[in-house]
Amino acid sequence: MNHHHDNEADGISRRHALECMIWAGTGVLWTISAGVPVSLSLLGAAEAAEAMATGFTFLQISDSHIGFDKAANPHAIDTLKEAMGKIQALPQKPAFMIHTGDITHLSKAAQFDNAAQIIGGAGFDVHYVPGEHDLIDDGNGQAYLERYGKGTKGAGWYSFDQNGVHFIGLVNVVNLKAGGLGNLGADQLAWLVDDLKAVSASTPIVVFAHIPLWAVYPEWGWGTDDAAQALALLKRFGSVTVLNGHIHQIMQKVEGNVTFHTARSTAFPQPAPGTAASPGPMTVPAGQLRGLLGTSSVTVKQGGQDLAIIDSTLA
Amino acid sequence: MIRFPTRLFVGFPVAFSLAAILAIASAPLKAADEPMVKIENFAFTPAVLTVKPGTVVTFQNDDDIPHLVVANDGSFRSKALDTGDTYALTFTKAGDYAYFCGLHPHMQGRITVAP
Repeated sequence: MNHHHDNEADGISRRHALECMIWAGTGVLWTISAGVPVSLSLLGAAEAAEAMATGFTFLQISDSHIGFDKAANPHAIDTLKEAMGKIQALPQKPAFMIHTGDITHLSKAAQFDNAAQIIGGAGFDVHYVPGEHDLIDDGNGQAYLERYGKGTKGAGWYSFDQNGVHFIGLVNVVNLKAGGLGNLGADQLAWLVDDLKAVSASTPIVVFAHIPLWAVYPEWGWGTDDAAQALALLKRFGSVTVLNGHIHQIMQKVEGNVTFHTARSTAFPQPAPGTAASPGPMTVPAGQLRGLLGTSSVTVKQGGQDLAIIDSTLA
Repeated sequence: MIRFPTRLFVGFPVAFSLAAILAIASAPLKAADEPMVKIENFAFTPAVLTVKPGTVVTFQNDDDIPHLVVANDGSFRSKALDTGDTYALTFTKAGDYAYFCGLHPHMQGRITVAP
C-alpha cells in the first residue's frame, strides 16, 4: 500500500475539518464543516475547482434498476445511458467508479447484461456491491457473484487501496431477518476486523454499501442492524466517508470522524422519509424526473484528508 | 411486531365497475372465499389471516417493487414476486406461520391455521 497521508498528528487534528459540498442541478453549492452547514459563498468555486485539479476523483452511481418500467420511470435504461453520457463528458475524468447496488431490478440475465454494456461501455473500472434487487435470481445471488464476485469474500465484500485511500465494499443485503433492517453479519464483521489491522489511523477510509449504514428511517427499513459494530471498528481513523444508495435521494450526516452520504438513483426517486404511504417509487411530473435522478462525484484532495462530494442531477 | 396497514382497499370501488367484472370473466374459476394476502404499500393485507387446515392462501404483489414471502422458520420461501405476480401455498397443519418479506424484512405477517 502506498500511503500519501502518513502524518498522523496532522490527520487527527484535521478530522473535524471535513468538508462536503453538494452541487444540486443548477450549481448550488454548500458545505458542512464540523457538522455545521456553511453557506455556499464560503467555499468558492475556485477552491472547489482546485480540489478537483490537485486531487483525484471517483464517481458513485447507484440504483440503476435496469428492467424497471413502471410509471415512476418507464425508461430506466435510458436514464442510466444519460447518466453515463454525462460522466463520459466530464472535463476531469474520474479515476474509477463505484456502484452501490440495485444494478438490476429483478436480477435477470438480460438486465445484468444491459447494465454491464451501458456502464462498462464508458471504459472506467467499476467496483460494485449488490443491492437486494441483485440477489433475487433463482440461485439467490449466484448470478451476481458469477459476474461481480471475483476476488471478493463471502457474499461479495472486499477492499482495495487507491491513491492512499482505503476503500471497503460491504454487503448488507443478505440473510435479512424478520423484523430487521440491513445486515452485515458476523462473518463480514470478522473479516473487517482483519482487513483494518494493517491500515494506519491516518489513512482516509471510504466505506460503501447499498443500504445506509446509519438509521435514516427504520420504519421503512432504511438502516442496518449491525452497522454500529462496523462503525466502532472505524473509530480510530481520522477520516471515514460512508457512501450508500437504496433510498434514491440525498441524505447526509456528519458524526465525529464519519461523514455519511447517500446518492440519488439513476432510475426513479423515492419519497422523503414518512412523507408517503410507503417507500415505493415516486411518480413525479415528467419534467421533474431528471432533477431527482443523478450521480455523485467524490474528490480526494492530495495531501489532505478532506473528501468533497458533489452531487449532480440528470436535469 | 405486526404492523397493521392503515390503507385498506383504497381505490377499489373506483376500479370495480369495469375492471373487476372483466377480471372475473377472464380469470380461471376460483372459490369466492379463497383467501388472499395482498402486498400493497410495503405491507401484507391482512397482516393476520386465519384459515382452516387445507386452505390455499394466495399472496399477490400489487406494488411497483418486487417482494418475497419467506417463513420466519424457513419452512417456505417464494420466488421474487414482481408487480402482479402471485404465490399460492397450501396450509395443511394447524399452527401459527409467521412470515416476512425477504427483501424488506420490516414487512411482516402471520397465517393462523386453526380447525
